Amino acid sequence: MKQSVFLGTLAATTLLAGAALAQGTSTLDTVKARGELNCGVNTGLVGFAAPDANGNWQGFDVAICKAVAAAVLGDASKVVYIPTTSSDRFEQLTSGKIDLLARNTTWTFSRDTDLRMDFVGVNYYDGQGFMVRKDLGVSSAKELNGATICIQTGTTTELNLADYFKANNMTYTAVPIETNAEGEQQYLAGACDAYTTDASGLAATRAAFADPENHIILPEIVSKEPLGPSVRHGDNAWADIVGWTLNALVAAEEYGITSTNIDELATSSQNPEVQRLLGTSGELGKMIGLEPNWAMNAIKAGGNYGEIFAATIGESTPIGLARGLNAQWTQGGLLYAPPFR
Amino acid sequence: MKATSAPFVRREMLAPAAPPITEAGAVKWLRENLFSSPLNVILTVLGVGAVVYLVSHIAPWMLRGVWNAGSLSECRQIIEARYGEGVTGACWALIRERWPQYLFGFYPSELYWRPVLAFVLMLVAIAPVLFDALPRKMLWFALVYPAIGFWLLWGGSVWVPVMALAGFGVGYGAAKIVQPIAGAILGGIAAVLAPVLWWLFLSGPAAETLQSVLPIALQEVRSREFGGFILAFTIGFTGIAFSLPLGVLLALGRQSDMFIVNKLSVGFIEFIRGVPLITLLFTASLLLNYFLPPGTDFDIILRVIIMVVLFAAAYIAEVVRGGLAALPRGQYEAADALGLDYIKAQRLIIMPQALKISIPGIVSTFIGLFKDTTLVVFVGLLDPLKGITDAVRASTDWKGVYWEPYIFVGAIFFIICFGMSRYSMYLENKLKTDHR
Repeated sequence: MKQSVFLGTLAATTLLAGAALAQGTSTLDTVKARGELNCGVNTGLVGFAAPDANGNWQGFDVAICKAVAAAVLGDASKVVYIPTTSSDRFEQLTSGKIDLLARNTTWTFSRDTDLRMDFVGVNYYDGQGFMVRKDLGVSSAKELNGATICIQTGTTTELNLADYFKANNMTYTAVPIETNAEGEQQYLAGACDAYTTDASGLAATRAAFADPENHIILPEIVSKEPLGPSVRHGDNAWADIVGWTLNALVAAEEYGITSTNIDELATSSQNPEVQRLLGTSGELGKMIGLEPNWAMNAIKAGGNYGEIFAATIGESTPIGLARGLNAQWTQGGLLYAPPFR
Repeated sequence: MKATSAPFVRREMLAPAAPPITEAGAVKWLRENLFSSPLNVILTVLGVGAVVYLVSHIAPWMLRGVWNAGSLSECRQIIEARYGEGVTGACWALIRERWPQYLFGFYPSELYWRPVLAFVLMLVAIAPVLFDALPRKMLWFALVYPAIGFWLLWGGSVWVPVMALAGFGVGYGAAKIVQPIAGAILGGIAAVLAPVLWWLFLSGPAAETLQSVLPIALQEVRSREFGGFILAFTIGFTGIAFSLPLGVLLALGRQSDMFIVNKLSVGFIEFIRGVPLITLLFTASLLLNYFLPPGTDFDIILRVIIMVVLFAAAYIAEVVRGGLAALPRGQYEAADALGLDYIKAQRLIIMPQALKISIPGIVSTFIGLFKDTTLVVFVGLLDPLKGITDAVRASTDWKGVYWEPYIFVGAIFFIICFGMSRYSMYLENKLKTDHR
């Protein structure tokens, strides 16, 4: 008797839970109840996500996880980092193992629609480039006709490469590789004339060579690679939270709010937009289902967008990426946070 | 007439001469083993040439290695300063800095003593299994070790593993009570059913109650924090320990005359052997999530271990079946003639011989299993070979390092697998009873 009651309850719970998942359980409630954010990150990409010697994750994508955890839970350390590979990242998200995917993932039509994900914004505008040895004597990607090219399989770069060469009526031989490290090795060993991946990755790779001066990155950028955090399709409230956390970081840079002056600005700033953003006036936090100081916590976690960029991949780091497209719209870049009102 | 000259007879012995130089010592050995024919001369020269070529290219690179540096560029500067411009060398400093990460993954560093203790106790536990000169009473420790190891590695309340162990006591008790009342068959069923019910419904609450009465707990460590060799060892050794008994049962099931048992065993073995391990791992890690209610926290390492055990058991079953098939029919008949029942015949006559024949196959399955633990990288666990290495390479300090971590991890895997292989040869020699 007792057992059948138990089994019945179990079956009912399973059904209900399944139905709830189908309709979209509130991810926000799940995260709050758990007290931790499950954040899918790269298993290791220089500057974007990597654990240090003590096992603490660092990087540009990791900073998004921290900011969201700070906004939702008030504590940037309440993140469980779940390393995902390029082949299982979408499954991890749709199956509910991670609440948020912040893993240098390109926002494309099919991923947004067919794979049932929702991209909530762009945290890095990237584009695909080529690196060649200087002594190859090539100065433009248009001269790569007939070249062998090392390319990571299962990524958008593979498709872009095919498109680009077809559009320019050129041929190439692909040398398929699995990871960036393998690609570097193949390229250095001379297995391919050119190595292609996102320009940020090329810069980082070149910086790690023993002889960076002997390699050049060709000027052509052959694709648009807007990299951004994504969430499961169907939970719009959660998508709003992640998206607006990212917007808050961008807006903070625009308004000059940094991790050092944020406390001072919270009390003294006369700018109504800053006040609303930091929760000293208005009720933005309530509208999004969070505490009034949610954005303040998010910015305190790692600083504003510009501070995060400078600390992880910017020009003062060994990777040395310039802001380029990722500058504020006021500086000629593409970062443009919608108004906080 | 006196003989003027007797035929010459040597009066003193000649001093023994050394054998011809071509027939003794190193020269003889060389002539016989390396230069016995023109073809062998060519093969020897080519072989030696290949070895010299490889060593002369690899050894200097390894020997020029730097052990003390903070980053790859620092390594390069040190090597250039020592050996001149353009010279390359290994950068072992990476291993030195990330050594704990390779061993323990993200296991909290203040708790490193726990996996170390678990490892030492594991050696103690398997020693009596491996060497029969040790006292048999140590086997009791081997039986309770899984609970101890689990508690040390994952932590949490001590009552969870204790209550899990208590399930065996429950089964024994149930059999003792039921058997006199309802007979052997029902007793056997009770012995299986009671512990299963215990584990499903009672052990959890019982552990909680005991924990609230007498709280003994270690700090909990979650599976996500496991990585590196601690992960490889946990999965590998658990897989080895559980796949052998399961494999033997499957092999016997496949030989059985009972229709259902036979077909189930055949179906299981053929299905598992027909599917790549990675497919099973993906199923365990991703597909199950769609079926389980959300929020179910079914430990990822446990899932992987279950899949690895099932996978290895199917292979062991076939290896053991080979051993069973190699036994002469007369052995089975002898067992029957002695009037032994099925279990006694298997235990005393069939299995000891069949397993002895199967040792090389079983050990190679184990070695394969241990190396396959690196495949867990595909389900997002940080295996030592690729998971940790990718993570290490992704730090700005060590980006660009390629061969060093592979060589290091490969060397450790080699030591362990070579050890297993030597042990299997020792066992084969010890158990050799024929007079070939």
